Amino acid sequence: MNAPIPLAELTAGSMNWERGTSRIPFAVYNDPALHKLELQRFFYEKHWCYVGLEAEIPNPGDYKRTEIGERSVILVRALDGVIHVVENACAHRGVAFCRARHGNVQAFVCPYHQWNYALDGRLRGVPMRHGVKREGVVQGGMPADFNFADHGLTRLKVAVRGGVVFASFDHDVESFEDFVGPDVLRYFDRLFDGRKLTILGYNRQRIPGNWKLMQENIKDPYHPGLLHTWFVTFGLWRADNRAQMVMDRHHRHAAMISTRGNAGAVSEVSRVSSFKQTMNLHDPRFLDIVPEAWWNGPTAVMTTLFPSVILQQQVNSVSTRQIVPDGHGHFDFVWTHFGFEDDTPEMTQRRLRQANLFGPAGFVSADDGEVIEFSQQTFDAKPAHRTLVELGGDEVANTDHMVTETLIRGMYRYWREVMAR
Amino acid sequence: MTAAIGFEDWQALTQLYADYAHVVDAGLWEQWPEFFTDDCIYRVQPRENFERGFPLATLSFESKGMLKDRAYGIRETLFHDPYYQRHVVGLPRLLRADEGRFEVEANYAVFRTKLSQITTVYNVGRSLDVVVRTAEGLRFARREFIYDSEMIPNSMIYPL
Ligand code: FES
Ligand SMILES: [Fe+2]
Repeated sequence: MNAPIPLAELTAGSMNWERGTSRIPFAVYNDPALHKLELQRFFYEKHWCYVGLEAEIPNPGDYKRTEIGERSVILVRALDGVIHVVENACAHRGVAFCRARHGNVQAFVCPYHQWNYALDGRLRGVPMRHGVKREGVVQGGMPADFNFADHGLTRLKVAVRGGVVFASFDHDVESFEDFVGPDVLRYFDRLFDGRKLTILGYNRQRIPGNWKLMQENIKDPYHPGLLHTWFVTFGLWRADNRAQMVMDRHHRHAAMISTRGNAGAVSEVSRVSSFKQTMNLHDPRFLDIVPEAWWNGPTAVMTTLFPSVILQQQVNSVSTRQIVPDGHGHFDFVWTHFGFEDDTPEMTQRRLRQANLFGPAGFVSADDGEVIEFSQQTFDAKPAHRTLVELGGDEVANTDHMVTETLIRGMYRYWREVMAR
Repeated sequence: MTAAIGFEDWQALTQLYADYAHVVDAGLWEQWPEFFTDDCIYRVQPRENFERGFPLATLSFESKGMLKDRAYGIRETLFHDPYYQRHVVGLPRLLRADEGRFEVEANYAVFRTKLSQITTVYNVGRSLDVVVRTAEGLRFARREFIYDSEMIPNSMIYPL
């Protein structure tokens, strides 16, 4: 199944990389065969993918249905409190038996022939296993050597850190900590420092673009102060803010770290056309920002964990954003906003209010989905062309400023290494 | 259903719903906040959050000022593909009528048409509303759109 396919063969004629990874062929975004290989190489082996937060399944028997890549999986807390992730695919004839999106159960039962599974995925019951007796004769039944242990649900490897759950189909995957690497793990731990999380709710959007474009969007510190007028006008994200771009050693994950600077002040960066010197809020509560001790300085840290999730801290708004691809041209983007158990009611209110900036309708993020859609339109129309990511040159290295596209170049350096294996 | 109101109130109420749909479908963003009281609540919330008791809403405004800020955002700060939206709103279902205050529910469907593209069903659900009588006529003190269409087709720019 995993015989390496040479990159050249996969992309014959259409994929032409220039200058390292600073010019990305449009073909990486619109090839169904390439997409299938990406699913295998990034989502189903050697990587940890986000599945949810422990706080979503607080009690024994609680479960949540979600996806890894294009496979349906169930995050569940077993009756002994242990967290498991199993594939939502019956071992008998494949039925994706779990239909509710969340709930509480004692066991999983497939409706088709009523196979019964424990919450850790072990097969517990098979109707008519020993056949059915008629007139003293046993008819049918499973073969004598049918072994329950061989026919459980596919069990994934699970890692829980700071209340966040990751899973992998690949039981030989390195530890979650090694996977993220120390430099990015620092920022993971800054947000998920062991405090209990509280779930504020979900937003879901379906974006008609290749899933990698969302990773790129959050590895792109160039655009927020330009596309998102709010960011530059209120100083939340400006090119002259103090900033750091940090990658893991493989350049697949990254943290964009920024500290809020001069709101409203005129400077070189505020001469961009999206800057609104005269913009004032009728209701300033949208930006009622109260610094929190755990920030340790930075007002925004956006962490991309390749391939499946983005971790957001933008002032008081914190969320996870899960990437669920569906074919090469679409992905679902699932936002889970949360808070911390020691939040005051005022802080909870503030997080909810600032959530107006983010999500599918957000003042500074509705437009990200729009530009991704318009990028994909061009890629599909013109597969032999390429993008240009040369802000800051063509090298791949951490920086202490945000005038760079180095994180995107880094991600594609990693992508090429893995895809060409 | 025990609530009962006179013909004049009923007529004013249905006119309010019809006028509201006209304004948000015609893109008259300056007029949109004027349907609300100063300390209004306006929310657009996925049904999942509503039913599970999660407070997060996709849009969550707590004053007419916030609605004005959204109107400004649509015009000046949010980059987006232009589109038409078209509301089809069911008859208001009166849940409770007190003197000068009505609790109302209404089913709605919103269609979206992007320029030169096929019209699609964009968002369906129901609104949970509190309408109050003011010196200027009936106004929304609360409008909550609880939407079944939990998977938003890319983005939501205009208010429902
Ligand atoms: S397919 Fe699940 S029990 Fe037969
Ligand atoms: Fe953005």
